Amino acid sequence: MSDIFIHARDLCFSYADEEGREENPALQNFSVDICRGEYVAVLGHNGSGKSTFAKLLNYILEPTSGELTVGGLELSRKDLSDEEILNLRKNVGMVFQNPDNQLVATVVEQDVAFGPENLGIEREELRRRVDYALETVGMTPYAKHEPHRLSGGQKQRVAIAGILAMMPQCVVFDESTAMLDPGGRREVLDTIRKLNREHGMTVLNITHYMNEAAEADRIIVINDGKLLMDGTPDQIFAQRDALHEVGLEVPQCAELIHALRDAGVPIDGETLSSPEACADLLQKAFTKHAK
Amino acid sequence: MDKIYLDHVSYVYSRGTPYEQVALDDVSLGIREGCITGIIGHTGSGKSTMMQLLNGLIKPNAGRVLIDGYDINSTVTDVYDAWSEREEYAPLSPRKRKKKMQAEIRERKSKLCFRIGLVMQYPEYQLFEETVYADIAFGPRNMGLGEEEIRTRVLEAAAFCDVGEELLNKSPFDLSGGQKRRVALAGVIAMRPEVLVLDEPAAGLDPLGRTFIFEGIRAYQRKTGSTVLIVSHSMEDMARYSDDVVVLAGAKILRQGTREEVFAHVEELAETGLDVPQITHLMRLLRERGIDAPKNVYTVAEATAALKELFLRGGDGR
Amino acid sequence: MKGISFGQYYPANSVIHKMDPRFKILVAITFIVATFLCRSAVSFLALLCIGIALILISRIPLRTIVRSIAPLLFIIGFTVVINIFFGTGEKLLLEVWGIRIYAEGIWRALFMFLRIFVLITSTSVFLTYTTTPMDLTDALESLLSPLKVFHVPVHVFAMMMSITLRFIPTLTEETQKIMNAQKARGADFTNGSLIKRVKALIPILIPLFSSAINRATQLADAMECRCYHGGEGRTRLNVMKWHASDVVYMLIGIAICVGLVLLNQIQLGYVMN
Repeated sequence: MSDIFIHARDLCFSYADEEGREENPALQNFSVDICRGEYVAVLGHNGSGKSTFAKLLNYILEPTSGELTVGGLELSRKDLSDEEILNLRKNVGMVFQNPDNQLVATVVEQDVAFGPENLGIEREELRRRVDYALETVGMTPYAKHEPHRLSGGQKQRVAIAGILAMMPQCVVFDESTAMLDPGGRREVLDTIRKLNREHGMTVLNITHYMNEAAEADRIIVINDGKLLMDGTPDQIFAQRDALHEVGLEVPQCAELIHALRDAGVPIDGETLSSPEACADLLQKAFTKHAK
Repeated sequence: MDKIYLDHVSYVYSRGTPYEQVALDDVSLGIREGCITGIIGHTGSGKSTMMQLLNGLIKPNAGRVLIDGYDINSTVTDVYDAWSEREEYAPLSPRKRKKKMQAEIRERKSKLCFRIGLVMQYPEYQLFEETVYADIAFGPRNMGLGEEEIRTRVLEAAAFCDVGEELLNKSPFDLSGGQKRRVALAGVIAMRPEVLVLDEPAAGLDPLGRTFIFEGIRAYQRKTGSTVLIVSHSMEDMARYSDDVVVLAGAKILRQGTREEVFAHVEELAETGLDVPQITHLMRLLRERGIDAPKNVYTVAEATAALKELFLRGGDGR
Repeated sequence: MKGISFGQYYPANSVIHKMDPRFKILVAITFIVATFLCRSAVSFLALLCIGIALILISRIPLRTIVRSIAPLLFIIGFTVVINIFFGTGEKLLLEVWGIRIYAEGIWRALFMFLRIFVLITSTSVFLTYTTTPMDLTDALESLLSPLKVFHVPVHVFAMMMSITLRFIPTLTEETQKIMNAQKARGADFTNGSLIKRVKALIPILIPLFSSAINRATQLADAMECRCYHGGEGRTRLNVMKWHASDVVYMLIGIAICVGLVLLNQIQLGYVMN
């Protein structure tokens, strides 16, 4: 149990309406455990509660009821000290959707330094961290550039570097690729994978792109504030009909396998998460049929 | 004749500064009337510049933008000879003729934005009125239409964009992201433009929202027979929804033609870094493994039909 | 819209670019005072020479500087005209239709012109053209930091200033985008009466405000996530340090200003009172 990083049990959250009454439960009895070093995709349509979950992890929002423990700190406790909150935010970094709205400085390296500056890191260590963070996201050549002249993907990588410079244990990406073009999306996804695989960070990627979710080790599907599915990409993509019902799609290749099965073509196997795996399934089916 | 024709058009941003950037470089291109044309390219390939050229928001540095054969940036000198033959101009003295032509050119220019409806990227930013109804009516009102006509058009546009009547009296700021997007789209459609130009109409929406928007646009096009241009970087979406495709890369046209013609060169397109539809990628993988999967398949429906037939014919097709 | 640049920073590799921004602010202020202390023809001549020398040292193209003076031509012209036509003196040069032009008036007009010219070039060469807005902000924060003793929230002002600088290009771009979108719906910003034109701004201002508020909320969240909790205990990546060379430049600067004042003693030609 020691390597569980995020633990939620019967977690509930409601936004208050204008009169201060609670309404619109955004999360209802939500329970999940996420271990250190996992790469988890959180799927759901707009308004499903997935972004609320992200904001709870960082104490931007306070849980209404239920249990939530992140990195050993119990967030559902009501008496958290400022130090505990700062420490939590240092450990759990968050990258948001709009790259423009999370960069604070007019020079890339000064923006990256913003987080550790707030933590009061000494200058030499600060310099080392900024260099390391820019190096990791591949933005070293742009250290002295102005952020507003960068492409969307580059801005988002600067934002990631700003989080990395705080040396977090977990990074949460809240639809960080939604506003990017395919090139920018690729850049960010490659960076996410690198953080997880090479730097051993726990990664949560909140998204509504199926192709992105396919790259994770595990997918959590949220619908109307409730946990709908939890499993490997293969297990999730096998449940096409249930996903369609909540307004989500499976990747094109998985959809094709399902459609062919519906049309009476017998295809064995359950590996649907990549075009290569789907090609293997189809090849097997065709060879078998030819005999 | 093409509905829209770009004749050797070039456009450069920030000319003469250290930040100079060529957005379009001697581009010539025709857009067929009554079709959905997808314009695909990277960010910075000149897509957005092209759409702003079409309704005169910016002027090309060189070349002409023709709509129904008329250069939208014409000056009196350009049209003088041709128009002089028209009967309303023939009897006038050259001086009066020029003056009247000037007036007509200005008139055409001011009407242009109603003929070429432009839907910008993230168009929900443009909403500002107190009610959804008033916002959709903003364009028609600027056209100087009567209340009755405005009402007809607002209701018609709302129906096309799946904006329910119960939403019309709400504030646009109280809607969800997907609803806002549809209201913004309705605001342009209500002007009944001959050409509808959309920049990444589904950007940032979830799968359901995407389908809603694209199906809505297609239904609108099929029903009104208008010309639609969709600027996008998704080959997957354009494979599904467009008739013709133009691929831009590095300020130039890489490929143009019908959907089939362009996607036949899908490998070449992939080299420019565009995302090839997953299905097309899968078909190539199958061919590499000796299965005779067809090349001209870009959507799930097409692939299902093709592979099923292949399977029934007896497996690997060799 | 990649072309939008804020401030007027002109990237180049000159001695002035490399100077400590705090020093540049101080020298610019000293210089402004000095221009007002100049009174004789000799000191104005020296002033002109220094102005030209500054432009040459900063490696900023003359064209760029001339362009920055252009908007002020009206004011310069106005001062010159007032001094020539309405100045009084002893040496009458010309009298046409009751307007008397004195030699002193012409001298004064010339001095005023030089004063404004050098004021603009020196501030732009020292500050706007050779110092990034971010460095200027940092320098101001550093120069004003003694005020913290009196509980002046220097850090908050500096933070506000730097965020403003960061968002100017973003919001400019956004304004352009919204304007285009409304133009595409037939909005007309250029024709009609003043009231009509002011009304025409509503479709731009409301979306702009709504988006700015949105951005502000998101930015606040993002800053909190990055552990921002005010200026207390913050460290800085770039700490400004006085270099020996800065001290030398500083001394040269002061020497020049003192020299200018002393040159007033050489009373060749007209001396302004």
